[in-house]
Amino acid sequence: MTIANPLINLVRYGQPLPPDWPGGFWWHWLVFTIIIIVFVLLLVMGYIWIERRGMGWMQARRGPNRTGPLGLLQPVADALKVLMKEDLVPASADKIVHFLAPIIAFIPVLLVFAVVPFQNGALLADLNVGILYVVAISSVSTVGIFMAGWGSNSKYPLLGAMREVAAVVSYEIPLVLAVVSVVLLTGSLSMNDIVLAQDIPFILLQPLGFLIFFIAGCAEINRSPFDLMEADSELTAGFHTEYSGMKFALFYLAEYGEALVMAAIISTLFLSGWRGPVLPPWLWFVIKVIIVFFVMVWTRTTFPRVRIDQLMALAWKFLLPLALINLIITGIEVLAWPEGWQWVMIPVNIVIMGVLILLWSRLSKLGWGRVEV
Amino acid sequence: MVQEAKEITIQTEPFVLNIGPVHPSTHGVFRMRTTLDGEVIVDLEPVFGYLHRGVEKLAEERTYTGVIPLTDRLDYLASMTNNLAYVIAVEKLAGIAVPERAEYIRVILAELQRIANHLIAVGAFLNDCGAYFTPFLYMFREREKIVDLFEMLSGQRLLYNYMRIGGFNQDIPEEFLPAVRRFLRQMPRFINEYERLLKENEILLARAKGVGILPGEMAINTGASGPVLRGSGVKWDIRKADPYSIYDRFDFDIPTGTVGDCYDRYRVRMEEMKQSLRIIEQAVRQIPSGPVKTELPYLIRPPKGEAYGRIEAPKGELGFYLVSDGSIAPYRCHIRATSLLNLTAIREMVIGWKLQDLIIIFGSIDITMGEVDR
Amino acid sequence: MKFERYGKGLAKGLTVTIRHLFRWPVTTQYPEERLVTSRRIRGNELIWDSAKCTGCATCAKACPQGAISIVTSVEPEENRYKVELIEVDTGYCIQCGLCVEACPYEALFMGYAYERAKYRRGEIVQRNEMLLASEERRRSGYMYPEIAAELPEQTLLIDRSKL
Repeated sequence: MTIANPLINLVRYGQPLPPDWPGGFWWHWLVFTIIIIVFVLLLVMGYIWIERRGMGWMQARRGPNRTGPLGLLQPVADALKVLMKEDLVPASADKIVHFLAPIIAFIPVLLVFAVVPFQNGALLADLNVGILYVVAISSVSTVGIFMAGWGSNSKYPLLGAMREVAAVVSYEIPLVLAVVSVVLLTGSLSMNDIVLAQDIPFILLQPLGFLIFFIAGCAEINRSPFDLMEADSELTAGFHTEYSGMKFALFYLAEYGEALVMAAIISTLFLSGWRGPVLPPWLWFVIKVIIVFFVMVWTRTTFPRVRIDQLMALAWKFLLPLALINLIITGIEVLAWPEGWQWVMIPVNIVIMGVLILLWSRLSKLGWGRVEV
Repeated sequence: MVQEAKEITIQTEPFVLNIGPVHPSTHGVFRMRTTLDGEVIVDLEPVFGYLHRGVEKLAEERTYTGVIPLTDRLDYLASMTNNLAYVIAVEKLAGIAVPERAEYIRVILAELQRIANHLIAVGAFLNDCGAYFTPFLYMFREREKIVDLFEMLSGQRLLYNYMRIGGFNQDIPEEFLPAVRRFLRQMPRFINEYERLLKENEILLARAKGVGILPGEMAINTGASGPVLRGSGVKWDIRKADPYSIYDRFDFDIPTGTVGDCYDRYRVRMEEMKQSLRIIEQAVRQIPSGPVKTELPYLIRPPKGEAYGRIEAPKGELGFYLVSDGSIAPYRCHIRATSLLNLTAIREMVIGWKLQDLIIIFGSIDITMGEVDR
Repeated sequence: MKFERYGKGLAKGLTVTIRHLFRWPVTTQYPEERLVTSRRIRGNELIWDSAKCTGCATCAKACPQGAISIVTSVEPEENRYKVELIEVDTGYCIQCGLCVEACPYEALFMGYAYERAKYRRGEIVQRNEMLLASEERRRSGYMYPEIAAELPEQTLLIDRSKL
């Protein structure tokens, strides 16, 4: 079964942008680097604003509204404040590790955007192993966070860093399995091809895969309800307790940047990227990214936190089997479904998702209780 | 070979983590020296006394009426019931009777204070669970309504100093009772919405059900009282067991839990709020008119003797033990602090659980350091 | 944990939060909008009526903190002592109002204003003429129902918020 007809896409969207668009390889690289950096910085500031205003209104109060009209300059004010703070390094900390950690945590955020398409063919590099590159690079920031916890030479950051590593390693597997199901439907690893193949957005064709990817993604980027790595009310501040000044700003940027990365991947893989009727494609991309982030803010406002052993049990006992079954079912559908009946797959998949979630909720017990000491 | 393989385990070493006096989630200045083995708690040593102000000694240097502002500051989040406990103790000591209207007003104020206190307790507990301030802020919005009513009566919003020995010095203003009726109409809608937010949430059930169990036997032996005792299944409420004031004229139930875990204590507090609304409704209907204070000399001199007066404060049993030697100031005033005795069992409740459970269990006991340290 | 209710509880919580997004917030923007305080507010200052005061110093004896000091002349004239110094240390004062209740001649009032912060610690101690009533120093209705009847009504959250 094929998902999309390449000829129709050629007619509808025209030729894709050539890989050396303005004039030669180096100009292409320069223009897109600037576009990526501006995009990331502007949208991260927009995210900070959405989170604080959105959470405020959902909590029966206003968010910040004094800095600039509607509080739009609040992220700028935050950045200025953080730049002017004194940079304290604990005396017994490991200096090199402590210094490098924020840098290593932040760089992968920018690197991932090299393969995210803003328009038809508008990427820094249309790698034909695009999604594999994304999965590989986004794991590097975990090393940065662990370096932060270790290099601070203090108990609270160490606890936070240990939890972080355990959680990220566990949640990689369901994440990748959900991605593989999407790749099965598309037939190619390149991000641009994945977007072009979504005549029907994959969120409808793969509802279970979307749910698994969303939950695993939230856990990877330490977002509530899985934010026990930096839980304010428990560990003072987790792995970035001993950081202040610009290093803390880099961690802060890295956190929202990772949220941006996850939202961009979700909208590329499941919500059909830059495709949409009337507006220019890059505007559709920005709108979808903002909607996905709003859903993340919504869940953060509502849910309490899970405990660390429940977090691990959720990954290994609940999400992993579901992701495997999803993969098998997708494989069967790709092989055996008759041509031209793609729309019927949607209700079939939704029913399968419902049955699986019901079954697994009954069967699995997550987390254990009191330990004998 | 299999036997040898089973005995090789990873060597771990417990370390001491000091959850210090200044911490975002201990309710006040309370220090816990925990010994952790990985994430599991092996031992806990509570250290308090950071907020000790010498209230019992200061009370010996003030007149009986002058002690009332001091009692405000014990459990500063539920100040009306502190005043009420002290005033009932003095009236027992001196044998003073209080007019009917004053008794009804006292019941209304005590029950409103109970609702306000349970709102904070539940909000802070859910905040410790990790719901990032949302239930906390919803709760503060409702507590604001109650605090507005109290401001109408006494002029202050936190430390009321409104009750006096023998009644009240100022009668309630005329707009108070209509405002209470409007509040009674709005409150059930809010409780329903609040419960819909988090009562059946799976994450909360997973965090709080079965966690921090306090068996009924141990609760009685360690002197716990209030929602902590009732959550463990013991049906003991001073308003029904040893009624003070006019509580025997009202019709209300006592919610109890079954297991004694954090979830039961949370449910007991929510149900107690609903029962308090019932009591206030009946009191507002039955309140008579008349004087609000018995005629007393300006400085009272109770006869020599001692008395112990206790009430069901929102956090448990709050009692004042007064010894008088016939002068204008108490000879000895001892306070049976609710939160201190509720804290006795914390070591048994916490050992074997993880660090995150410690925070939740501590939040579900609901203490205020003003009472623990006095 | 068991997903006993298949995620239904999670979905219910989400509906509550999203509905709050469309309601007006309950916060007021201080200092542009101020709420009206209660008529019986025990504000941050003490107000003295020198015409009715006889210098008996009952207020000084009733204060639990000892914040009021009174020095009078030695001989009474027309049944009143002439008050030479009345000094209230507003920093020690806990605004309990026991002095106002104690005064037998109704010469002491609580203040109505609550924004009385000063820059220097010495300015907190107030004496003699600084304690008199004036345009800025209004009296609150604590223990005085006739003054309370003239003050504006308190804003209540019950009336401001719909829920």
